Amino acid sequence: MEQGSFGYSVTNYNRLTEQLLNKVLKLGQKIAEKKGKKTKIMEVCGTHTVAFSRSGIAQLLSDVLDLRSGPGCPICVTHQQDLDYMISLSRIKEVIIVTFGDLLRVPGSFTSLEKEKAKGADVHICYSPLEAIDLAAANTQKEIVLLGIGFETTAPTIATALAQAREKGLKNFSIYSTLKLVPPALEALLHEKKFDLDGLVLPGHVSTVLGSNTFDFIAQKYALPCVVAGFEPLDLLMGLYYLLNSIMEEKAELTNAYAHIVKEKGNKTAKEIINLFFEEGETLWRGFASIPGSGLKLRTEYNDFEARSRFNNLEIPQTEVFSGCSCGDIITGKLTPFDCLLFNTSCTPLTPVGPCMVSSEGACSAYYQYRQQTQQEILLH
Amino acid sequence: MNEQEKDVILLSHGDGGLLTHQLIQGTFFPGFNNKWLEEEGDSAVLNFGQERLAFSTDSFVVSPLFFPGGDIGKLAICGTVNDLVVSGARPLWLSAAFIIPEGMAIERLSDVVRSMSEIACQLKLPIVTGDTKVVSSNDPENLFINTTGIGVIYPESNFNVKNVEPADKVIITGSIGDHGAAILAARLGLESKESPQSDCAPLDFISTLLRPYFPYIKVMRDPTRGGLATTLKELAISGSFDFWLEESSINVKPKVKAISDILGIDPYYLASEGRALLVVKNGQEEEIIKELKKHPLGKDASIIGYARAGKGNLFLRTKLGGTRPLQMLAGTPLPRIC
Repeated sequence: MEQGSFGYSVTNYNRLTEQLLNKVLKLGQKIAEKKGKKTKIMEVCGTHTVAFSRSGIAQLLSDVLDLRSGPGCPICVTHQQDLDYMISLSRIKEVIIVTFGDLLRVPGSFTSLEKEKAKGADVHICYSPLEAIDLAAANTQKEIVLLGIGFETTAPTIATALAQAREKGLKNFSIYSTLKLVPPALEALLHEKKFDLDGLVLPGHVSTVLGSNTFDFIAQKYALPCVVAGFEPLDLLMGLYYLLNSIMEEKAELTNAYAHIVKEKGNKTAKEIINLFFEEGETLWRGFASIPGSGLKLRTEYNDFEARSRFNNLEIPQTEVFSGCSCGDIITGKLTPFDCLLFNTSCTPLTPVGPCMVSSEGACSAYYQYRQQTQQEILLH
Repeated sequence: MNEQEKDVILLSHGDGGLLTHQLIQGTFFPGFNNKWLEEEGDSAVLNFGQERLAFSTDSFVVSPLFFPGGDIGKLAICGTVNDLVVSGARPLWLSAAFIIPEGMAIERLSDVVRSMSEIACQLKLPIVTGDTKVVSSNDPENLFINTTGIGVIYPESNFNVKNVEPADKVIITGSIGDHGAAILAARLGLESKESPQSDCAPLDFISTLLRPYFPYIKVMRDPTRGGLATTLKELAISGSFDFWLEESSINVKPKVKAISDILGIDPYYLASEGRALLVVKNGQEEEIIKELKKHPLGKDASIIGYARAGKGNLFLRTKLGGTRPLQMLAGTPLPRIC
């Protein structure tokens, strides 16, 4: 018999998942009856947003759960000003930009990396930041700029690239870091108290690096139940089941439903290499004011690797934020993509107005790919 | 965003998804419009005397040139042959044109030609004309091949999307996304026993096995660029009906799923190069599956869904019983950050 995740047979795995789905649904109904409204839960991580929609779980539970996306899609939280800076870097003749693919189509104020590439900019799409090191060694007349976008999960590999660049004595390698930290953003979000969340699904991957106890403050300081969850359907449902139980019993607690991967104290090696090259600093987020201590800045002793100081005479266009774009409100859970007037009208994956429609982790992209139509069209059948 | 910014060709215009569609509709059709082109089939169908001919052309651009399970040469022959086969034709002659980058090792080119020759011999298909051009390039691997094929359409085949009726069944001849996943894995530098193999193969066995069933085959396609989802969505739109697919009956190999998960790419949009999608008359599906399974390339053939009255939508019933729509590919799938 074919084997699925965890070594269960596929049939047993599916049966288990179905049973758990029913339990979650019943629990959700119970809470809805008790509170007279749907339970409002934020999934912080973009990969969760996609997994909920793609597996159909979000649709199946839509009568009892009001799922909101959080600031956990790296492209989506990147500030327009940073996008414009990175695109301007690509216009410098001797520069080769090295970037992850999802950044390519994100619109800056006037253009995108994809369009600049079509007009001759040298943009290399990488699978691993370490490709930038090989490129730098092979193209000594060129300047290699690695776009460092992401969270605690991407930071260790960017730091590893820096370590290799230092070891090889590369003089033509730099990074433009917009690396961000999830806990300060959650702190900022919860501190605002602009809307009433019942609980949080915490990012599984970020938790593997930081450790689950990093998020203790959510239960302790903000009295909100929360759960660390994985990404397969069974993992997601397990997470929801624990979370709904805490909500039902009104217990502000953190549960780790991904304990086979996520340890309390996280990954020491990963944290060490991040700390070797980076320090916390204030940074800009889309959807927020600037958040203190939420960005990873290169330590001053590595300033040679800082693209901002290497290319400091750059002309950056005046940043324009598109009117009507709700990305900022969507990544802070205030709105869902269906609430945005531009969604699937003027904003589609081909004509994205904001980053949430471009990134494969973005809430609008996930809703467009997996959920739009379902609501209206299925009713017709 | 000013209008001028929009007016350049992006790599995404070549991915077989929405932008390609727009380019064809907006730029090529207005220029070349005629009744044959309007059919938008994988091949043009031409009446010539008593015969109906199928005429198809395709250009091949792939990096790396050699990948697990195939190479650009094998792909160039199979691609055009398969376009003819899914049009209900028996391939008769091929042409091959090469645009070769300056600096390419002749031995490397010979390897590609040998691979083309092997598969063409196996299919007993002569390459009867060709062309050679050399262009300056800074990448000696930047080889482009165009192949064109002419075939004669079997009298009993009448494949047309307009024939599709509610309750017709959708069949696929095997697992999906193998080719796309193999290319992505090769680009990622993952070359081990664990990396996926391209399914690149000729589909001529389908005509051999299914000729008696041709009257029951409504339409056939090969889900190459844009994958299963884009191909079925295109059919649904041009025939103005819906397709409903069952996720649990669609075979995605674990290696393909693993690569897709790592890169955040949906296997429904990854290309196959040795699979056919058939929409067949309701009630005939079991017999057709039984026939397909007689050939090694059809052993995993399965019924994955059915047609339903509708407005050009493609829906997927997930393993958990949820429903989600599938759209056309919008922009080349790109590897994600985390």
